[in-house]
Amino acid sequence: MIETMDQSFVLLQHWVVGFLPLALRPFAVVVLGVVGIVAVFPGLFALSVLLERKGLGRMQNRLGPNRVGPYGILQPIADGIKSLTKEDIVPLSADAAVHFLAPLVLVVAAFLGFAVLPMGRNMVLVDMDASLLFYFAIGASTELSIFMAGWSSRNKYSLLGAMRGVAQMISYEVPLLMSSVAVVMISGSLSLVKIVEAQNHYTWGLPHWYIFTPWGFAGFLLYAIASTAETNRCPFDLPEGESELVAGYFTEYSGFKFALFFLGEYLAMFSISGIGATLFLGGWSAPFEFLTWVPSWIWFFSKLMLSIVVFIWVRGTLPRLRQDQLMNFAWKFVLPLTMLNLFVAGLWRFLGEGWMRWVVCSAILMVAYVAMGRIGMRREHFGPRRYRYAE
Amino acid sequence: MSVVFYLLSGLTLAGGLAAILLKNTVHCALALTVAFAGLALLFLSLDAQFAGFAQILVYIGAVAILVVFAILLTRGSETPKDGVYSHHWPLGLVIAAGVFAVLGWAVLQSARVLPNETAVPSVTVLQIGNALMSRYVLPLEIVALLMTAAMIGAVIVAMHEKEGAK
Amino acid sequence: MTPLTSYLMVAAMLFAIGLAGALTRRNAILVLIGIELMLNAANLNLIAFWRYGPHPEALTGMMFAIFSIAVAAAEAAVGLGLVIQIHRHAHSTDLDAMNRMKG
Repeated sequence: MIETMDQSFVLLQHWVVGFLPLALRPFAVVVLGVVGIVAVFPGLFALSVLLERKGLGRMQNRLGPNRVGPYGILQPIADGIKSLTKEDIVPLSADAAVHFLAPLVLVVAAFLGFAVLPMGRNMVLVDMDASLLFYFAIGASTELSIFMAGWSSRNKYSLLGAMRGVAQMISYEVPLLMSSVAVVMISGSLSLVKIVEAQNHYTWGLPHWYIFTPWGFAGFLLYAIASTAETNRCPFDLPEGESELVAGYFTEYSGFKFALFFLGEYLAMFSISGIGATLFLGGWSAPFEFLTWVPSWIWFFSKLMLSIVVFIWVRGTLPRLRQDQLMNFAWKFVLPLTMLNLFVAGLWRFLGEGWMRWVVCSAILMVAYVAMGRIGMRREHFGPRRYRYAE
Repeated sequence: MSVVFYLLSGLTLAGGLAAILLKNTVHCALALTVAFAGLALLFLSLDAQFAGFAQILVYIGAVAILVVFAILLTRGSETPKDGVYSHHWPLGLVIAAGVFAVLGWAVLQSARVLPNETAVPSVTVLQIGNALMSRYVLPLEIVALLMTAAMIGAVIVAMHEKEGAK
Repeated sequence: MTPLTSYLMVAAMLFAIGLAGALTRRNAILVLIGIELMLNAANLNLIAFWRYGPHPEALTGMMFAIFSIAVAAAEAAVGLGLVIQIHRHAHSTDLDAMNRMKG
């Protein structure tokens, strides 16, 4: 019974595919998986848009949207109708082809990332040997769509926002990759399915999630920082800062294309949180041994929504970082710490079981964190400001 | 050959042609990205998954963005007044056609002795990692040194000169 | 035509296209784009020979292609840095105008 609930989607898929002739079965399996993903994640997008507006409203001491439906539940539907029926304005001097293609590239790249996410036991669309590499490769393609959007609008603010966005995304790409490489090193495989299975063991009822190890905790925090910057969320959202740059790279988009950008951004957020949950929080495995009767996909989606709630919480709490502060932070703080984290993960494996490795690894990471923080917090000498222009 | 191969190679060649024929430089860079994507898919159809994903990650995720940044920093998006093709474009075309003729002739001549269908190699990332650490460790270290030198070199070459030394 | 021959012909065509681009365009960046196309054609050749040649389990072709991708990225970075610096000095990237050592 527990097994049935856990595998209910897989069994449903097999049952539907059983009606088709043998030749069509492989295609049907994949198509059904794709239909599932396309149905679930935009639905989660609608839910999280509402959650964000209500949550931000409450954090800012006001109610969020509450006109449309009880507690504003039907607001996403109203937003959808609005974006579908608004006039699609393309500026006269804009590059029409590139302007049209930019949101498409973003949404396609965002959807492709879900193909390798293990959403439950046996519930992954494509089980590849190098699935984490595939995910990061596709994530790198989203930067190109941001540039296309900003450049094709022929608008100074769009171009500025796009350049900042791309610079920020490539700077934080390296810490993102390096913090996941520590996990790959310890679990011995690039395949996300195997990474989850390596974390699915329990000692005295507590799970072997990587976040409960010193290098995993540091890695998770660094991954969280890098993923907030990769998806252009506050406190790293200067490229789309509403009070700074009109709307950054999607200033000249209206109606459905704007909705596509919004969708693409939230989908990227979902997939990056999903990968973070898979790498550090154990994916679909339950937190305690006595809770393994709850279906695996419930755990995965709870961890995903928890990450989204934390994203929204951080957005409502922290102020925005300036562009040069952001880049400084990436190259001078986050990147050295990720490299040290890699070394500490290796040390963890090398020292063998016991209390010794906990002490040594935690000590190294704490000392490094405090030292780098102190170096960064030295009082700067404020003098006349020197500007460096791009020529 | 299968339909997939013709589609992918058509996409790649169309991207390459567009990359050298279009007037707007940024459009050329975007067509180059399409060519890279087509090539990555060709690698995937040749069962070289690691190479395909590395192609997407490095070429589309880094080199294409680098090219685009360079175009913007050198004001390449404004069309030059003398046209986009150099004075000696017929000569360049003849040379390229000659090279293609030689290569094509060599390939078709040796079609008899080249191997035909072989079994699909099953390459896992584990094997690649082992190979990198055992047989190819020297090239790996040299490439690491090369990358460091290239990074430092690119930063120094493209840096602004100091105010006093002008 | 065997599969290997078709892949080699595609690589040869891509190489010729890249060469034509590098030789006929005025803008220095377009020349670099042509060079990238040529490197990619060579990579395709390597992978095709790896797949259809003897001993694909020795991974030689794939390793060569991966190192070639890495080296090409490094070379693109340095080349584009050079183009940016040339633009700063000569205020144009027109290769036809830069045919003298003086200046």
